[in-house]
Amino acid sequence: MHVFPFVVVAWILIVGLYGIITSRHLIHQIVCLIVVQSSTYVLLLGVGYKTGAVAPYFYDIPPNTPAVDPVVQALALTDVVVEAAVTALLLAFAVQAHKRFGTLDPEELRQFQG
Amino acid sequence: MTPRQRRWIFLVAAAGMLVFYLWGLVGLPGFGHYPGPYGDIINAVAVGQTHATGVVSAVNFEYRGFDTLGEEFILFTAATGVATVLRHLREERDTAAEDENSDRQVPVTSDAVRMVTLAFIGPTLVVGWYLATHAQTSPSGGFQGGVVLATAFVLVYLAGQFIVFKRLSPVDLTDAVDAIGAGSFAVIGVAALGTGAAYLANFLPLGSSPGAVNSAGTIALISFCVGIEVAAAFVLIAGELLEQTLIIREGDR
Amino acid sequence: MDSLLPLAVVVPLLGAAGISTANPLFGHRRWLLDAVAILVAAAVTGMLVTIMLGTVGGQRVYWFAGFPPVHGVALGIDFAVDQLNAGLAALTALLVTAALVFSWRYFERVATYYHALMLVFLAGMVGFCLTGDIFDLFVWFEVMGVAAYALTAYRIEERGPIQGALNFAITNSVGAYLSLSGIALIYGRTGALNMAQIGQAIAGHPPDGLVVVAFLLILMGLLTKASVAPFHFWLADAHAVAPTPVCVLFSGVMVELGLYGIARVYWSMFAAGLGHQASITAILLSLGVLTAVVGALFCFRQRHLKRLLAFSTINHAGLFLIGIALLTPLGLAGAAVYVLGHGLVKAALFLCVGIVLHRLGSINETSLHGRGRRLPLTGAVFLLAALGLADLPPFALYLGAGWIGHSGDSLGMHWITAVVMLTSALVGAAVLRVAGGVFYGIGDPPSEDPHMAEEASEETSETDEAKGRTPLSMIVPPAVLVGLAIAAGLLPHLGSLVQSGAVRFQDQAAYNATVLAGAQLAHPVAIMPTEDAAPTLTDVITGLGTVAASLVLALISLYWRRLPVLRRGYEPGTGLVGPIRRFQSGVVNDYVTWIVIGLACLGGALAFTIIR
Repeated sequence: MHVFPFVVVAWILIVGLYGIITSRHLIHQIVCLIVVQSSTYVLLLGVGYKTGAVAPYFYDIPPNTPAVDPVVQALALTDVVVEAAVTALLLAFAVQAHKRFGTLDPEELRQFQG
Repeated sequence: MTPRQRRWIFLVAAAGMLVFYLWGLVGLPGFGHYPGPYGDIINAVAVGQTHATGVVSAVNFEYRGFDTLGEEFILFTAATGVATVLRHLREERDTAAEDENSDRQVPVTSDAVRMVTLAFIGPTLVVGWYLATHAQTSPSGGFQGGVVLATAFVLVYLAGQFIVFKRLSPVDLTDAVDAIGAGSFAVIGVAALGTGAAYLANFLPLGSSPGAVNSAGTIALISFCVGIEVAAAFVLIAGELLEQTLIIREGDR
Repeated sequence: MDSLLPLAVVVPLLGAAGISTANPLFGHRRWLLDAVAILVAAAVTGMLVTIMLGTVGGQRVYWFAGFPPVHGVALGIDFAVDQLNAGLAALTALLVTAALVFSWRYFERVATYYHALMLVFLAGMVGFCLTGDIFDLFVWFEVMGVAAYALTAYRIEERGPIQGALNFAITNSVGAYLSLSGIALIYGRTGALNMAQIGQAIAGHPPDGLVVVAFLLILMGLLTKASVAPFHFWLADAHAVAPTPVCVLFSGVMVELGLYGIARVYWSMFAAGLGHQASITAILLSLGVLTAVVGALFCFRQRHLKRLLAFSTINHAGLFLIGIALLTPLGLAGAAVYVLGHGLVKAALFLCVGIVLHRLGSINETSLHGRGRRLPLTGAVFLLAALGLADLPPFALYLGAGWIGHSGDSLGMHWITAVVMLTSALVGAAVLRVAGGVFYGIGDPPSEDPHMAEEASEETSETDEAKGRTPLSMIVPPAVLVGLAIAAGLLPHLGSLVQSGAVRFQDQAAYNATVLAGAQLAHPVAIMPTEDAAPTLTDVITGLGTVAASLVLALISLYWRRLPVLRRGYEPGTGLVGPIRRFQSGVVNDYVTWIVIGLACLGGALAFTIIR
């Protein structure tokens, strides 16, 4: 049980990379990139967890209650929102690619070779 | 490489990579045994130092505020990038971009959907506003609140009124609001410099009771600015993406 | 003075936000937009030069939000500035200013987005250079990245930019997420995000799996950004399609920032904790040599001017990595001076290519042959810059090549000088071939590349219609940059300045003490013997030798058809075309596969050498 969440992290990363590499559709490829980043969220949050501790919000509990690590939660929080925006940028690229190339297959985007 | 070669090469390389990564991961202290010290120290001192009971927001907007400034500008840049990449070229402006399947009969938005989405716009705005202004007390903050605020605008689109959505959020205006939100965060930091403290130091009154709405000084203010910025950024992104598949429907003009 | 440190990052951010806010006002007054952007960039350059001069006495540390470290635990984020990273940041700002001045007359019509994106790009790069916190490094890395992706895709009228931007974005994002995984791993062990604190925490113990894996993973994003082989494929695609002023920044500083990141992560965090210097040197050296050779070979075969320069950047990235990999102060100092000279000269080369594109409407070396005679001033600047790229004294590059060679010799690796000279000669020959063929009509045009014709014809819409004269704002920046490269090589105290900076950079104990305790430990210059800091005759001879070899190779390739050869019609490098096309396929799936292959191989090498 100590190590299982981290095995999940590695699995998500590999699956995401497999998706990117075997993808034949840009939208699918970009979503697989999201999957790759999700593995980092699980890792960050898993690293900061403490068994038996509460969330670090002390509005209605005394300030000295053992709480989980707030730093990784702050990092993951901003990362999630930022990733959504960056994905939007990549999807905008995909929209333009469809307009210019007529296809969304990464194998067909061979404007440059060598 | 052909796709088949690539798949096999990847599987071999990924096996090696998996073994390598797991070798590192097992070196971590087990799940549930966070060793500290960063998180523990922050938990211990945050409420006293910042008068904010939402420690995650205190970390985000105070202790590591400079990071958050950078992240916010990533959002701003991504939204600007979407507007850049999907900007109208002269040739495209005259003909409305058509959906591939425009010969298909597009169903008109049903009254049920329209009623429900319109009914939800108000509550969504309120919830988003609440989230963006209560960062220092509870699990909320500018980022979460901003996304919910943006959702309210998207609900307008779902109610079938794309024209109204576009009129509510022209690109120039949302881009300007986005920039104002991002710039305000940076300016608050500079204001701290003006009072002689370090950049982004908390120079506003901290309030007497931790967790009250008017506590925590700049944390609440920064969170609000971030909320505005995130909302504008996502409205801009949604508007640009939706406009690319503009379908002028007969009944909706 | 310390307040300048955050302002160096905040001012361009505010500039970008301000420009976007005032968008409706600027719409009709383009000159106002350019003026504001150039002023902001120039102001940042001034700030950073001041900061750099202020670090000569000692490292400066600035804690944000007023939270200094408590008992050696950092609560907030810091900027830790010394000569090397302040100097790199100053170079960045200078090149952005030059690119913005060039863009003034270069773009026919431009939306405010371009200037806002350039200023955010500047802010990201400066933040990346100055920070002392590993997660902050990642944040500014992402800021740089996103601005760069948007700028690459700027010309949406064509097909190429979209492919280039997608390849760039997906490969760099994968690298960045691998780096974030490494950061999370090391945070899980040490509970710290401050580089000095992490370095201190892992220094005491022998390295185990987690430290090695975290090190390599953090390096992955930086290696990808630094276009080290086999993670380099995205660079040529991005360079071929990004607007020329943006290419200036990519080649001039963005790639070098990746290398700086590698040096910073190693020396501030992992040097004491990993040990095994010989193994790490061996691994990084092999990467560097591979990159240099790949870059040089691919460069020579190119006919697309911007891609040719992109591959030469890859070659130089390999040489810089060799300098860093030697793990000595002289090697690092050599790499730093090389970066300075290369940034200035490469920027000048790209700006001249931009002028060629503007006036002659093409970047295909074959079709441009001889047409550059109409641009005598541009030709002169280009030729000077090309000679500088081939390590001609007194351009600062020859010092860098020389010091790296010296450092290799002192470690018993005499082949390093040979690698540096050979690959620089090959790259110099390619650029000199362009200079001679395009601007002076020497020899015969190189053989036509069938794929090139269709790519290059799409470039014409980047700029204004061809005017009769090159505007001053387009020819002055490259000329100034070339002049600065010569001046840098002639600076009397450059050697001791850069070397003392390198010694300080590599001193992990002093870094930790300064950052965490505010102490300024006496820099142990006496411990590491200062090697020869003045330019020696060997350096000059090496430089001249490289230039001579480049000139000879360039002339051979220009006159190939007229030389009596055994097989008529044979063109050097033809055999390379097939493999080049197979590797540099343009398909992003391949590039990411190479990232995984590279990671697995490097991981295996590190695992077997460090953990016995």
